[in-house]
Amino acid sequence: MLSLIGRRLLSSIPTLLGVSLVAFFLIRWVPGDPVMLMLGERGGSPELYQQMQAQLGLDRSLGEQYLKFLGHILQGDFGTSVVSRRPVLEEFLARFPATVELSLLALFWAVVLGVPLGVLAAIKRSSFWDYSLMSGALVGYSMPIFWWGMILILFFSVGLGWTPVSGRISVWHEVEVVTGFMLIDTWLSGGGVEVFADALRHMILPAIALGTLPLAAIARMTRSSVLEVLREDYIRTAKAKGLKHRQVVMNHALRNALIPVVTVIGLMGGTLLTGAILTETIFSWPGIGRWLVNSVAARDYPVIQGGILLISFVIITVNLLVDLVYLWVNPLLRDQI
Amino acid sequence: MSSWQVIMSPLWVAIKKNRGAHLSFWFLMTLVILAVFAPWVSPHSPTQVYPEHFRQPPIWLAGGGWPFILGTDDLGRDLLSRLIYGARVSLMVGFMVVSLSLSVGLILGVLAGYFGGRVDALIMRFVDVLMSLPSILLAIVIVAVLGPSLTNSVIAVSVVSLPNFIRIIRGAVLAEKVKSYVDASHGFGSTHFRVAVLNILPNCVAPIIVQSTLGFSDGILNVAALGFLGLGAQPPTPEWGAMLSDSKAYIESAWWLVTLPGLCILFVVLCFNILGDGLRDALDPKLKGR
Repeated sequence: MLSLIGRRLLSSIPTLLGVSLVAFFLIRWVPGDPVMLMLGERGGSPELYQQMQAQLGLDRSLGEQYLKFLGHILQGDFGTSVVSRRPVLEEFLARFPATVELSLLALFWAVVLGVPLGVLAAIKRSSFWDYSLMSGALVGYSMPIFWWGMILILFFSVGLGWTPVSGRISVWHEVEVVTGFMLIDTWLSGGGVEVFADALRHMILPAIALGTLPLAAIARMTRSSVLEVLREDYIRTAKAKGLKHRQVVMNHALRNALIPVVTVIGLMGGTLLTGAILTETIFSWPGIGRWLVNSVAARDYPVIQGGILLISFVIITVNLLVDLVYLWVNPLLRDQI
Repeated sequence: MSSWQVIMSPLWVAIKKNRGAHLSFWFLMTLVILAVFAPWVSPHSPTQVYPEHFRQPPIWLAGGGWPFILGTDDLGRDLLSRLIYGARVSLMVGFMVVSLSLSVGLILGVLAGYFGGRVDALIMRFVDVLMSLPSILLAIVIVAVLGPSLTNSVIAVSVVSLPNFIRIIRGAVLAEKVKSYVDASHGFGSTHFRVAVLNILPNCVAPIIVQSTLGFSDGILNVAALGFLGLGAQPPTPEWGAMLSDSKAYIESAWWLVTLPGLCILFVVLCFNILGDGLRDALDPKLKGR
């Protein structure tokens, strides 16, 4: 088991190196001379140019530059933002909890709704329920999330006035940042139910928008997985024993059908982050998605470089953890790898 | 029958049997015709500005009126005409993305599947790296380097779609490689190129067609997303995603500018997804009913 974990850990190293190569060469693909870009309008003398070049390490060979770049990353140095002059890692960590909180809430409602709906569609196969649920899932699956967010705002914020349009909390509430998770921080800062509810109201629409794609995917996956399990021999045995249909589905089928669903949910990190970039832009949510989009607009290359490195580290780590948990709960798989 | 007919006629039978896929197919065909004949079909030029008619509501609402059937945008351009020209842009974009990622995917996928070993390991490592980055993020980063434009967003989205194509083609080639006709062809002294491209590849067409259909929907959606973020089509190109981005500010005053371009994106993506699902069910009976 230990060697298995070790092997799985080792197998993610080439991927990490590959990502670092992409991030490294990214800056070098940018049209124009990076030194001139940094010196900007001031231009500067040849001495200043050489000084800047040496400072950026651009006067050395590519191999040397890459090793140095790797060395910096290993020490936790992901560069410094050109715009804010603050370390990229610090900026990332300040915004990361907001994205995680939103993603978790989105995933929560996607699971809570998606799994039962998928089971329902499978049990009532080829019925009106099945067709309408799966058509709905297909629409959700095809939904342009950036438009869906705007439609939610149009309907619930502009039309009905139920929810605020953007941000994480109303400006008049003062919330001290402790964990970075607004729903927890509002409790800790002792604002009471009112402030907590305010934070929740801000979060509902973006979470719905972000959770729609996972919801559709989970419902479809659950349905197909339950259908597959219902064809197994042990289900026939359970039915033959005279168990009620409900018992067969709930006790025998569901437990086995949910294993692949749980894996799919675990591997949704990438989907959620992709969605978060668009959702955060619409709802002015102060997370890493909006940060990166703004950095692209500002041509803040160190942030883009450090940002994709950090995000891919997060995704690779999450996928690794999911794999390990999966191995742990499903002994059959251990022999296969 | 030509080999093309051998491949396409069962596909067409499959589409006709699946009501949703059949309907989607004709919807998309209609859209293609609208897009091709956009200059004759649309009532106005998509970039013609009518300053005295800015943000005019659709014709059935108070304040709306002829000849602006779906109203006008914030600069006074006819919305219907822009939507029709937008279909042109989006279908073209889908086509470009699929052709680009399919052609590169074919080369890399066949190489990986046919030769295996180190070539395979190297190519699949590349796929792993591409897949460890969220798709939109990678596309954003590529556009950040190349500069925002419709062409560059198409290139970026093609790179992002590449892993799916490589994996599907590699898998199909792997499954075919072990069959006896491949051994037979080798026995006749065929070159690797002949075996891989002329013998194996034609038998991999089914999964490739399914992936290409689904690739259209992904491509259109991702390019629209980049357009929405301001990284894709630049004004005054009538691209649906960019049109949504322009209308963000009028969400309270001009709902038709917000709803209609998005509905168009949803509709086209949905049609391609239904068609792709239908084709997959037909071509891979194991997956039927999923």
